[in-house]
Amino acid sequence: MHRYIITRLLLALPTLAGAAALVFILMRLIPGDVCVIRLGSGGAHLNQDALDLCHKQLGLDQPIVVQFLTYLKNLALFDFGISMWSGNPVWQEILLRLPVSLEVAILATVIAILLAIPLGTLSALKENSALDHVVRVLAIAGIATPSFWLGIMSLILVLNVSAAITGSPWLPPIDYVPLWKDPLYNLSIVLLPAITVGYRYSAVTMRLTRSAMLEVMREDYIRTARAKGLLEQIVVNRHALKNALLPVVTLIGIEFAFLIGGLVVTEQVFNLNGIGRLLVQAVQNQDNVLAQALVMLVVLVFVIVNLVVDLLYAWLDPRIRYS
Amino acid sequence: MAVIAPARPDAEAEALLRRYTLLGRSLDFFRRKPLGTIGLIIVLVFAVAGLFAEFIAPFDPEENDFASMMFAPNLTHWLGTDQFGRDIFSRLVFGARTAMIVGFGAAVGGGIIGLVLGVTSAYFGGWFDLVLQRIFDILMAFPLIILALAVVSVFGTGVFNVVIAITIPLVPRCGRVVRASALAVREVPYVDAARALGFGHARIVLCHMVPNVVAPFLILLSAFVGQAILAEASLSYLGLGVQEPVAAWGLMLQGSAEDYATTAPWIAIFPGLAIVFTVLGASLFGDALRDAIDPKLRDR
Repeated sequence: MHRYIITRLLLALPTLAGAAALVFILMRLIPGDVCVIRLGSGGAHLNQDALDLCHKQLGLDQPIVVQFLTYLKNLALFDFGISMWSGNPVWQEILLRLPVSLEVAILATVIAILLAIPLGTLSALKENSALDHVVRVLAIAGIATPSFWLGIMSLILVLNVSAAITGSPWLPPIDYVPLWKDPLYNLSIVLLPAITVGYRYSAVTMRLTRSAMLEVMREDYIRTARAKGLLEQIVVNRHALKNALLPVVTLIGIEFAFLIGGLVVTEQVFNLNGIGRLLVQAVQNQDNVLAQALVMLVVLVFVIVNLVVDLLYAWLDPRIRYS
Repeated sequence: MAVIAPARPDAEAEALLRRYTLLGRSLDFFRRKPLGTIGLIIVLVFAVAGLFAEFIAPFDPEENDFASMMFAPNLTHWLGTDQFGRDIFSRLVFGARTAMIVGFGAAVGGGIIGLVLGVTSAYFGGWFDLVLQRIFDILMAFPLIILALAVVSVFGTGVFNVVIAITIPLVPRCGRVVRASALAVREVPYVDAARALGFGHARIVLCHMVPNVVAPFLILLSAFVGQAILAEASLSYLGLGVQEPVAAWGLMLQGSAEDYATTAPWIAIFPGLAIVFTVLGASLFGDALRDAIDPKLRDR
C-alpha cells in the first residue's frame, strides 16, 4: 500500500511540473505589468527609475528562463514567495481566503451526499414510481440550472421575504467569521452559497447513484443474497449500496476538488472573499507569484483527492488491492 | 441433416431494414424517447430563434431606450425591459445566437480534437500515449478561469475567443473517454488487417478506428453543448466572455441584474430560464441518445 501511494505521488510530479510550466507561460502571455498597475494606480505619474527598481525587487528584470528556474526551485522547496501586489507572504493570503472556500465546499458536499445517496437509492429501488419521476426531474433540473443563477434567485427570494416579514430587506453578511467563533453568523454567510452549489452537485451525484444502483440490483449476487433469505434492508445496504457507491465516490471526489478553486462565480454572486475570487484578482493584478501558487494549490488538491478516491476504492471493494 | 431456417416474410424484413435507415432510426427514436424528443425540440427552437433573430426580435437588442427603462412585462415588451430600456425578449433571442455559436462551436471543436487525439493516443500507445495522457491530466486539473483569462487577455474578447477558451478544457475530457473505447478497437482484427495491407497511420486512425468510436463521441457531444452554454454564461457573468452591448444570457445576468433584484426581478429571471431550458433540452436529448445508442440500455 505504501509503495502504491509513493508511486502515485511520483507519477503526479510530471502533472504538477506541467501545470507549473503552463501557468508560468500563461501569466507571461497576459499583457500588463504588475509594477505599472502598482505604481500607476490612482493616476500617479510613472517614474522610470521607480519602475526599474520595482522590476528589480520583484525579479522581473531577470531573463525568463532564470525566472522559471527560480520559480521551480522555490516550488520544490515549498517556498511560495511574496505576493507581488500586497507584499504579504502568499501563504498568508491563501490562509486568509481558504477557510470560506473550504467551508462552502465541505458544506455543499455534505448537502449533496445527504440528498443524493438516499434519494438516488430510493429512486432506483422504486423504479418508475412517482418518487422516481420526482427525483429524476429534480436531478435533471439541477444539472441544467447554473448555480450562480440559482444564487441570484435565492437572494431575490431572501430579500423579498425578509422585506415582507420584517419590513426591511436582509442580505447574508459578507464579513467572514469562523464557525467556532459565532456558528449562527457563520452559517448565515455560507449556508445559501452551499445550498445553491450543493443542489447542482447533488443532482449529478443523484443521477449516478440511481443508475449505479439500478445496475447493481440486477446482478446475480443480489439474487443470491435474497435467495439466502436476507432482509431487504441488509441486501440493499450491505450488498448493493456498497458496490454501487464505487463510481459515486469518484464523482464526489472530483467535484469536491473542483469546488476548492472553482467557486469563482458563486463567490462573486454572494460577495465571498474565497480562493476563486483571489485567483481572478491575482491574474487581473498581474500578481504572477500569487496566481502561480493558487493554480498549484488547485492542481495539488485535484491530484491528492484523486489518490484518496483510489484508496477509498480498496476500502469499499475488497477485490481491489493496491500493492 | 441441416435445417434451413425459413425466410422471413417480406414485410417483416422490410420493417427491419427500415429501422436501420437514418429516417427509420430517427422515427424509432422519436417514438421510443419522448423526453429526448422534447429536449431536441427545445434545442432546435432556440437554434432557429438564434438563426433568424433579426426576423423574430421585435426590437434592436443593443439600442438603449431611456424612456422605457425597467418596464415590467407588458404587451409591447413581452418580457419587460432592462435598466437601459432594452427589450429583454429581443436580447434573449439574439442571446440564443451567441449561446448556440458558443455551445455548438466549443462542443464540436473540443469534441473533434479530443476524438482524433484520443484515438491517436490509443493507436500509437507507448510514450506518445503516456505524454498525451499527462497533458490531458494537466488540462483537466487546470482552472478554466485562468485559461479563459489568458485567452481573453491575449486575443481580446469576442464570441470566437470565448469558443477557444471553452474548447480547450473539453478536449481532454473527450480524449479520455474516446481513448478508452479506442483501446478496445485497436485490438480488433480489422485494424491488424489494415496494418498488414500497408495502410498509413492516418488512414487507419481516421478511416478505420474513428468511425468505430463515434457512439461515445456523439453522447459526449450532446452533453458538451449544454456544458459549453453553461460555461459561456459563467464567463460572461464574470465579464470574461462576450462583452456589452452584444446580447448574451450570462451577460444579461451580470451585476445589474442583482442590483435590481427587488425592483425589476424579470431582468434576472428570464435570461436564467433561457439557460436552464436550453441546457435541459441538450441534457434530455443527450440522455435519450445514450440510451438509444448503448446496446445495454437500448431495449429497456
